[in-house]
Amino acid sequence: MSMTSLLTITPWPAISAVILLVLLVAALYFARSTAHQAIHAACGALARGLRLASHSVTHAQQHLAARNRAVLLAAGREAKERVVEREFARVGDTVRKDLAGYPEMHRRLSGAILRIEEDQEKAVEVPPDAPGWAQAVGVVAKLDARNAGAEILADIHKSMVKAHSEAMRDYRKASAERHALLRQMMPDWRLIQQTLGRVNKSVESVIERSLAIDRHMADYETIVRGENHAVAVLSSSSIVYFFISALVLAVATAGAAINFTLIARPMAEMVGGTNFIGAFRTADIAALVIIMVEISMGLFLMESLRITRLFPVIGTLTDKMRVRMIVITFAILLMMASIEAGLAYMRELLLQDELATNALLRSDSTGSIVNQHLWITTAAQMGMGFVLPFALVFVAIPLETFVHSLRTVVGLTGIAILRALALILRVLGNAVRQLGVLAQRIYDLPLFMPLWLEARMATAARLVKDVPGPREVEPWQEARL
Amino acid sequence: MKHRVLLLTLTLATGACVPPSAHNTGVYLLVDTSGSYNRQMSKAEQIILFALSRLQSSDSIAVARIDTASFTERNIIAKATFDDRPTTANQQKRAFAGRVESFVDQATPAPYTDITGGLLQAIEFLNEKQTARKEILIFSDMKEDLAKGYVRDIPLDFKGFDVVALNVTKLRSDNFDPRQYLARLEEWRVRVEKSGGHWRVINDLDRLDGLL
Repeated sequence: MSMTSLLTITPWPAISAVILLVLLVAALYFARSTAHQAIHAACGALARGLRLASHSVTHAQQHLAARNRAVLLAAGREAKERVVEREFARVGDTVRKDLAGYPEMHRRLSGAILRIEEDQEKAVEVPPDAPGWAQAVGVVAKLDARNAGAEILADIHKSMVKAHSEAMRDYRKASAERHALLRQMMPDWRLIQQTLGRVNKSVESVIERSLAIDRHMADYETIVRGENHAVAVLSSSSIVYFFISALVLAVATAGAAINFTLIARPMAEMVGGTNFIGAFRTADIAALVIIMVEISMGLFLMESLRITRLFPVIGTLTDKMRVRMIVITFAILLMMASIEAGLAYMRELLLQDELATNALLRSDSTGSIVNQHLWITTAAQMGMGFVLPFALVFVAIPLETFVHSLRTVVGLTGIAILRALALILRVLGNAVRQLGVLAQRIYDLPLFMPLWLEARMATAARLVKDVPGPREVEPWQEARL
Repeated sequence: MKHRVLLLTLTLATGACVPPSAHNTGVYLLVDTSGSYNRQMSKAEQIILFALSRLQSSDSIAVARIDTASFTERNIIAKATFDDRPTTANQQKRAFAGRVESFVDQATPAPYTDITGGLLQAIEFLNEKQTARKEILIFSDMKEDLAKGYVRDIPLDFKGFDVVALNVTKLRSDNFDPRQYLARLEEWRVRVEKSGGHWRVINDLDRLDGLL
């Protein structure tokens, strides 16, 4: 039934429209309660569903946060244990080194001290002989003999002068010997000073290390206690490590790409230039495999050297087995590097051959001219081909950092996404509930007339009802009256 | 380059499952030796050498002359399928260039022009080679002139073929009535395209970059 036919229920379309409107409003008015309930139920159910989803996502986010926190603390604990272990190893090395040299140092110090004591004993000053001539001179002077005393005194004077000169000579000689002995003591003093200086340095180093260990242990304790500060520091560090390691890995990827360029062309000479696996040339894939094998060998080498800890199995091997692995992986790397150097040389030969052929086909005489400095580029290519595999070995270090920090960064990103999702779901739930209220109001909009009449009638009925009768007066109202 | 390396890595896991597909090119170059066109041999050599320089390992090339009876293997001057290894392919190219040079020096003019026979031979050769891309280059004025008794009114199957007419020179009669030249080219275009091929004309030999 179309609108036109509806408007023809009376001969006058306007009146038909009014009748239809009244009927519609009446129908809406009578269905109002049911419609409101339906809107409320639908929006409420949707809002509850969204709120439930929000709670679920929040729960998942909290679970992930707890998991991430545990992982972060475990990683931090492990890292701190490694640092403390290393510090203890350094202290141990220092102590071992000094204790190992202690008997020698003690012997040298004892020897030096003994020599000093001996020299000191030798250098004791011998007091000069007491003068024995003074009393004799007094006795002679008191003798009552003419001129006899003067002669005796002259002899005594002469003997005294002689004895004095001898005594002075002996004294000077003894002093010179003592000075010589004191001079001999100087190297021993210096030796003692140097030895004690070394001891002081070692002790200071140990004290410094112990302070660092104290600091690390304090951090370790905060991590073990799971303090928020420790978690925040570890999170921040992980993000920083993530970006730094990603940057270094990007540089390494560029290096690998250069390496790939060096060996892809000559690989065509070995495996053929027109074989394809999928959409890619077999030669390209072979070159890539060589690079991947080099990187793998680098990883194993770093693991065997215990620089990285990506593979626990390698870390727990016996030292003998690790040394064997180091030798084997290094030998393979050396072989690969030599092969790459050869391929780089082959690349230059192929280029020259291709240039010569193209020059011949173009009838270009300049193509056959040999560049005098060609050996420089050839040598550079060979050098790069040899060095790059060893340079790629060190990819293991940023790779390990990247893998470890990636776990934290992915966790943090997941937490942020889940938190945002929970917020969005909660906002949507509230919005749906408010939309339900709005829909009820919009439903009531065309019903303003019957609703107004209903309100008026309800007010009038309440007024009639509110006029208190004698039986309807409350006891407290009676009291007031 | 990084993207290339990444794609290669991803392909390693899946690529082995994909059956190998041909990526090579086959080129059959027909050189018209009839009448006055025989004087254009130096240009033909230039085009052959250009084609050689663009071909890679595993590609195939054949050079054949168009004369009175072109539907025969004897008309093939030189043919080669380049080796997988680039160095060997380069040696083959040099040898091929030498054979072409000797042909150009010794070419003699033919009284008739059997282009259709040459095309049939080209189709047969390239179909046998099963190359991924098939190019027939015709170095001719495209004026077919068959000797008595030669039947060439036969359908050609150019599906998957690119047919390129090179250095289509204007005949004396074309100068009097250019419509003849245009009609001749149009006739060949219709014939090739109706048979499922792709037709092109390159007259400026300094602009061969689009070729191959």
